[in-house]
Amino acid sequence: MLIKSSSNANQILQIMNQYETVFIMTPVLSDKQMKEAVKKYQDYLKEKGAEIVHEEYWGLKKLTYPIQKKTSGFYHLIEFTNNGEIIRDFEVAFKRDERILRFLTVKLDKHAIAYNEKKRKKAKEKVTEEVASK
Amino acid sequence: MAQTNSEIKYLTPIAVDTKKKKYCRFKKSGIKYIDYKDPNFLLKFVNEQGKILPRRITGTSIKYQKKVSQAIKRARHLALMPYVADLLK
Repeated sequence: MLIKSSSNANQILQIMNQYETVFIMTPVLSDKQMKEAVKKYQDYLKEKGAEIVHEEYWGLKKLTYPIQKKTSGFYHLIEFTNNGEIIRDFEVAFKRDERILRFLTVKLDKHAIAYNEKKRKKAKEKVTEEVASK
Repeated sequence: MAQTNSEIKYLTPIAVDTKKKKYCRFKKSGIKYIDYKDPNFLLKFVNEQGKILPRRITGTSIKYQKKVSQAIKRARHLALMPYVADLLK
């Protein structure tokens, strides 16, 4: 009986979901400050045992409508796997942070994961092609 | 009476059910996931004011219409697409 319950617990632990978080930082930050902010969240995820799968920095982008009277912002995307326990605290951290204008965390389904992988593969091929052409 | 009344000749052929059948582009091309990070693609499913177009116009199946609207709403939240606009296109 004991063994059975422990195996069940293991199974629960093994259910890992993939999440994707996009957040927008204020454009007033310097390059260094921006990297610091990003690092804070990366470290947070690592500390809590989430595995970062992929990261993307989109750079300074224009917002289609003003948020907190800012018309542009730094976009950053982090994809990570976790069982979902840390999401709540992770989002609270975003809410408290004045540097963050907006954030969105989305759970990825299997189609989304496949799509993202395909997209990454394509981007990789493009880079290698460019290098080869050079 | 040399000619009967039923013999009416039209200069142009009458349009009877020649309308193109609408189809769901996601089902047809096998797209399974609609990315909210791609505003250029989502632009096809909104009108000039940034409103989501109904299924009866785009022909999207209900399964994917839900996903389209979800993606558009996410894109709006992240300021990738406008909530309100005019002359979007």
